[in-house]
Amino acid sequence: MLHIKCPHCGMRSQNEFSYGGDATVKRPELGKEISDQDWDNFVYNRKSLRGKHWELWQHLSGCRQWIKVQRDTATHEIFKTLKANEEIS
Amino acid sequence: MTQSFRLESGGLINRDKKISFKFNGKNYFGYEGDTLASALIANGVHLIGRSFKYHRPRGFFGAGVDEPYAIVQLYRNGETEPNIKATEQELFEGLEAKSVNCWPSVNFDVGAINNFLKIFLPAGFYYKTFMWPKSFWYKIYEPFIRRAAGLGTASIKHDKERYEHKYEYCDLLITGSGPSGLASAYSAAKNGAKVILAEDKSRFGGTLLTSEVNIGNQSGKEWADSIISELKEMPNVTVKNRSQVFGYYDHNMLVMSERISDHLPKTKKFHPKQRLWYIRAKEVLISSGSIERPIVFGNNDTPGVMLSSAAKEYLKVYGVLVGKKPLVFTNNDSGYETAIEFKKNGIDPIILDTRKEPQSEIIEEAKNMNINIKNSYVVVAAQGYKKVKSADVAKISDNKEELGSIENIECDCICVSGFWTPTIHLASQSGNKTKFNEDIDAFVPGISKQNEKTLGAANGIYTLEETLKDSFEKGNLLSKKITNNENKISFPNVVEKKSTVHDKFWCVPLPKGKNYKRFLDFQNDVAVSDIEIALKEGYRSIEHVKRYTTLGMATDQGKTSNLNGLQLVSKIENKVVPAVGHTTFRPPYSPVSIGAIVGREVGKHSKPTRKSPMHSWHEKNNAVFVDAGVWLRPRYYKRGEENLFEASKREARNVRTNVGVCDVTTLGKIDIKGPDAAELLNRVYTNAWLKLPVGKARYGVMLREDGIVMDDGTTTRISENHYHMTTTTAQAANVLSHLEYYLQLVWPELNVNVVSTTEQWAGAAIAGPKSREVLKKLFPKSDVSNEGLPFMGYMEADLFGVKAKIFRISFSGELAYEVNVESDNGYFMWEKIIEAGEEFGIQPYGTEALSTLRIEMGHVAGSELDGRTIPHDNSLEGLLSKKKDFIGKRSLSRKAFVAEDRQKIVGVVPLDKKTSIPEGSHLVKDSNAPLPNPKLGYISASCWSVEHDNPFSLAILKDGKNMIGKKLFVMSPLKNKVIPVEIVSSHYVDPKGERVRS
Repeated sequence: MLHIKCPHCGMRSQNEFSYGGDATVKRPELGKEISDQDWDNFVYNRKSLRGKHWELWQHLSGCRQWIKVQRDTATHEIFKTLKANEEIS
Repeated sequence: MTQSFRLESGGLINRDKKISFKFNGKNYFGYEGDTLASALIANGVHLIGRSFKYHRPRGFFGAGVDEPYAIVQLYRNGETEPNIKATEQELFEGLEAKSVNCWPSVNFDVGAINNFLKIFLPAGFYYKTFMWPKSFWYKIYEPFIRRAAGLGTASIKHDKERYEHKYEYCDLLITGSGPSGLASAYSAAKNGAKVILAEDKSRFGGTLLTSEVNIGNQSGKEWADSIISELKEMPNVTVKNRSQVFGYYDHNMLVMSERISDHLPKTKKFHPKQRLWYIRAKEVLISSGSIERPIVFGNNDTPGVMLSSAAKEYLKVYGVLVGKKPLVFTNNDSGYETAIEFKKNGIDPIILDTRKEPQSEIIEEAKNMNINIKNSYVVVAAQGYKKVKSADVAKISDNKEELGSIENIECDCICVSGFWTPTIHLASQSGNKTKFNEDIDAFVPGISKQNEKTLGAANGIYTLEETLKDSFEKGNLLSKKITNNENKISFPNVVEKKSTVHDKFWCVPLPKGKNYKRFLDFQNDVAVSDIEIALKEGYRSIEHVKRYTTLGMATDQGKTSNLNGLQLVSKIENKVVPAVGHTTFRPPYSPVSIGAIVGREVGKHSKPTRKSPMHSWHEKNNAVFVDAGVWLRPRYYKRGEENLFEASKREARNVRTNVGVCDVTTLGKIDIKGPDAAELLNRVYTNAWLKLPVGKARYGVMLREDGIVMDDGTTTRISENHYHMTTTTAQAANVLSHLEYYLQLVWPELNVNVVSTTEQWAGAAIAGPKSREVLKKLFPKSDVSNEGLPFMGYMEADLFGVKAKIFRISFSGELAYEVNVESDNGYFMWEKIIEAGEEFGIQPYGTEALSTLRIEMGHVAGSELDGRTIPHDNSLEGLLSKKKDFIGKRSLSRKAFVAEDRQKIVGVVPLDKKTSIPEGSHLVKDSNAPLPNPKLGYISASCWSVEHDNPFSLAILKDGKNMIGKKLFVMSPLKNKVIPVEIVSSHYVDPKGERVRS
């Protein structure tokens, strides 16, 4: 079970969180023209990276905040966690 | 019965307390502090079971967790448990155990014929032999093999015992209470660190209980006892026996199973049987010691052949002799310690040492005691079937390849020592890159991945002084780092006998003309010849060899066999052992009961049960409940002898003709506040929300980004910046997360707050043509007329002193209202509604009637919004705004979603107007078409229409809009039904929707 540092609450066990996928995906702006290809990429196409990966988690059984977590998908090492409004650097 | 193998005195057992027990129906007794194994050996019982494949007799091999043989079926307090190791099971009054894997009895086992057929049962036998004819596998081969090769029987009864889970945090977790565990725990505890010290066995001390050493002028055991009692007094230390840390997981989380009641005849009241600890440790010190490994020789599985360390443990801890004519077969000094213990107790052992001229303090002591020592000698084969009777021994050449002439020595046990294998399981599980240590011919932990360090014998350090020094130091350093405290401990004076190097000898060659089975894996009957075959057949990877031969795959997971297996593979392959590598160590270290893993999450406890505030009213009024997600909802209210079908029809009909009331507390409710609330709704719902006036409700549909319908519900504008959203019962949590996702990550600029209020409001739906009459009585001061409270209207009102919210919304398709009050007033509200409605014939209705009403109205619900349908499929395209963008809109223009013959919701009526249509059935054109019969659609929901008094179903049907009036067939292979049906509109009742507006 992972130990995730919620930027709001501190170190908590994985079972308080739910996984939310790739944190680097940006939703296209509402009302903007977008090609089929770009829309498909946004909705469906994700890379399955081995190694460092920025992903979203929601602290569901805690503060309910969505957070950004940089995790190694192979080793589960967590390097950094950010609040939703903090930019991935 | 006398205990002919129990010494007059000695051991750590309590001789004042006799304990009687039963094995294979026969009565025996032992003492408090015995294991089932030690008590049986004391009684001269050596035949415990039969082996897995060849059904060869099985006795005892070890004295603890490494035991491959002595597996029994245990009976305790009316329950039974399979695969219990007799060497681990502590004796309790009334214990009963039986042999496994033998029929009709352990003494006469029919399956033993396999032993004589063994040349026909080589490695991979099952894969090779039972392939043809194919059809024989399920019916003949598999059932037979399963019966022949079983290890005990699992109980099919409900387990009455309670198992608990516990979460714990600590600075240092120390796994094992041998010298390294005690020393490190002590120095860490003195520095003020929060320490958990876990010991698998019932007694603390590990090898200190059996070794002749002196620490600070105390015996090993006395020193262990004094450390433990001091640790137990310290508030920052948790000391646990009968607790095995069996798994090392990510981020330094370890799992430990504590056997609280397994050693008692019966679990004490309010106590669990076992407790599973999830421990998050800052640092882990692995002090799990080492396990003696056997030397491989002919018939080395005969009962009476056992590890020399086990023989010593039976002597020193239990006062039990494993034999009276022992032969000790060793390649190192450990065997001498066992021989010395025998000698001290008046038994004359013979030592066969594979080494030529070893010299050390221990060997000197044995010589001084006049123990018969034969150097450069090996056991070629054990003789005897159900128990060792003698051993064929021979001199072995210096190159260890040539055997001298065979001599026969009479003996009743052979104690084997092939040196020590560090227990590196936990370290390896943690991700540690293990390395091979040439000096000890075994793997030891290498580079750590997590915060773990391995101490003492588990790290390949076999002298006490070095172990203690290293452990005191590591405990001190690691705890100091955490607590910033240092309490120096003076290192005690250690006296131990020096030993010399071991002989890298592990397998006795076969004598000419003999074909003895030489076993590597004792539980799975894997012999040297099996590995040889596997390699001959081309298996190279050690992981493949393991799976093909089942080496190390039994319940003992090869604790005594893995390394010898590796030695063999490396020898045949002409590689060094580290090049062969070891197979992966996976948790659990030793079997853990399913009960402990599940914990208290059993049956109704597997998830919380949510009940509405009106639950007790429903109970009192004969409600039959149904699980709706985590909620319990009334399915129907039983009257007299009614069944579900009759009751739900009555309830639904009453709504259509009079008035009914339904508990809708379970609906998800989300409170939305903020100046941008309307904008949020406008983005998440498909229809327009910016112009909804205060005091009005609107029906909305929300999509996922992929265009699939996520949920539907009504949302009401309570005030300028305040909305009350409802969701379906099942999607309540997901919708809240969905909104939070967009507010926090996608549109943080929106000034809106959302919070779940599902449990804050109790809800009742009052539905039916007479519902307004009921409302008038409930709210005499409010204007609830069609003008005062029109369809989709909202008002706040006073319910006899209680604040209530009234929404004029309808799921049943009738004139209907939903009344919400604060949860605490729910029961009061419900009683008032029933009271006021009495004169109008009000009846409560359950989910079954609720479904009937919505189905015949063609209102979609969870079975249509099932994560596979878009708005069009549910005839909700009218709710798609063309003027604005919303979540998922872009996906709706995908090719498949705009196809002309896209699936659509329809109504389905059986031609005979009698046969009910099973939900999930398929719709086909021709019921006699060859398989696979093309499926046109599926039945999503079925009911008995109370309006038309015939069965009616909803279906999602390909090209549904052009199929109205067509005749098709419904097929349910599950129910074996074929029903001719007609496709009709999904709006089977009041298609114009006049009633809700009346």
